[in-house]
Amino acid sequence: MEQFLQQVVSGLANGAIYACVALALVMIFVSTDHINFAQGEMAMFSTYIAWQLMQWGLGFWPAFFVAIAVSFVAGVTIERVILRPLHAAPVLSIVVVFIGLLAICNSVAGTIWSYLIKEFPSPFPKEQFGLSGLVGAHQFGVVLVTLVVLLLLFGFFRFTPLGLAMRAAAQNPVSARLAGVRVDWMLALGWGLAAAVGAVAGTMVAHIVYLDPNMMAGILLYAFAGALLGGISNPGGAVLGGFIVGVLENLVAFVGNLIEKWTGVYIIGNGEKLTVALIIVITVLTVKPGGLFGRIAVKRV
Amino acid sequence: MTALLEVKDLKAYYGQTQALHGVSFALEQGGITTLLGANGAGKTTTLRAICNMVRTEGEVSFEGRSIRANPTESIVRLGFAHVPEGRGTFTTLSVDENLRIAAYTRSDKAAVKRDLEMVFEYFPRLRERMQQQAGTLSGGEQQMLAISRALMLSPRVMLLDEPSFGLAPLIVVDIFRILRRINSESKCSLLLVEQNAALALELADNAYVLETGRVVMSGPSEVVKNDENIRKSYLGY
Repeated sequence: MEQFLQQVVSGLANGAIYACVALALVMIFVSTDHINFAQGEMAMFSTYIAWQLMQWGLGFWPAFFVAIAVSFVAGVTIERVILRPLHAAPVLSIVVVFIGLLAICNSVAGTIWSYLIKEFPSPFPKEQFGLSGLVGAHQFGVVLVTLVVLLLLFGFFRFTPLGLAMRAAAQNPVSARLAGVRVDWMLALGWGLAAAVGAVAGTMVAHIVYLDPNMMAGILLYAFAGALLGGISNPGGAVLGGFIVGVLENLVAFVGNLIEKWTGVYIIGNGEKLTVALIIVITVLTVKPGGLFGRIAVKRV
Repeated sequence: MTALLEVKDLKAYYGQTQALHGVSFALEQGGITTLLGANGAGKTTTLRAICNMVRTEGEVSFEGRSIRANPTESIVRLGFAHVPEGRGTFTTLSVDENLRIAAYTRSDKAAVKRDLEMVFEYFPRLRERMQQQAGTLSGGEQQMLAISRALMLSPRVMLLDEPSFGLAPLIVVDIFRILRRINSESKCSLLLVEQNAALALELADNAYVLETGRVVMSGPSEVVKNDENIRKSYLGY
């Protein structure tokens, strides 16, 4: 039983990371209809920036906030410089740009910082607490930080005029323009926020998965599964989907281990976690393309 | 009287297709002008061209200054409120949010609040619907919301694209009555595009009749209304 709870809690910690990346994906998707495949690599790059700052002597939290700020500016810049000129381009061109961006982030990070795996510090104390060491302090901290970030974002979108303008621009760009909203800047701002949220995810997960240029590859897949499961057009759903995927992958491995212990037959275990994510992707797309909370956009063609 | 909005030899293009072939007209300060014509005459395109939502050539000037090259957002900030074809509702936002986003560019909170009260006076029903998702409103209510959004911009000129479209006759009468009040109470000039020529001529001071992207005739509403040839050949009633 205790082991079960432990798996759930650690699943929540992973889920928090997936939720952040899923939210970053959805933020760009709702306003542009594109999935930013480079979202994970951008987050990885932000994490390296935080690492570098810490190497230069900054504490964890200053490095954390500077990395977020830098990521925000970088996100805005990428939208303005690379994607703005392509706003009327066909989907495939944009997908290629995203993949290019992914490759560039990956190889530039590898060139600057090498492909050697690095340790990444945790800002949280080492001791375990809660029910007889049920929750690792880092895992607890990750969930807490994520919830604060999600709450801040929710407040921003729900209660500030700028947040309202961003939602309006995403929902109906033509009408937003007719209300005097500078829609193209709202898109850039969305990119900045997505990059910033990605930076949070990267710096939080790096202690768990270690820092290397490929650290986000798997996480992006989980996040994508979470976003799809919750509904790719629904930010709240995507966050919930991220948490569900995090818990689910752990539980599948847990149940697999139990079965192995009882019957001696290995069916499913830690090795198949990623498979679970992919199965979720395929199942959602075939059975319920809108996800749990999303709506299916009907288009006239 | 000088013209508030002057359009000269305006051409508009959708890709390679030319939709306007040199349209000229004027809207006077505080006046109501209507553009009439059949489907495909270029009425909607004219409104879109004024707000720089399509590729244009020619001249559009507001208070004597050319605005043709301005982006849509800055034209709106000059005092243009475009009530688009299809009402342009933010369907997933609440009615309240729809109205607040329309006042996004304004910083004078007291005036915004006054305008909101004015909106409620014109359309009491919107007050009851404030927290409702705007996409769930009826067609008539969405049209009221669209006009209200325009009012929340505190505009000098309101461009109305077929406000009667798809609405029950009684609601149409209601909306036109309110448009007249808006014109006289808010000193807002109206440029009205309508299929319902009889109704539009009743409201407007001046009328321009468009056919295939050109103005084929114009004059005071009284004259256009009573000219049997125009009525039969262009307005179809």
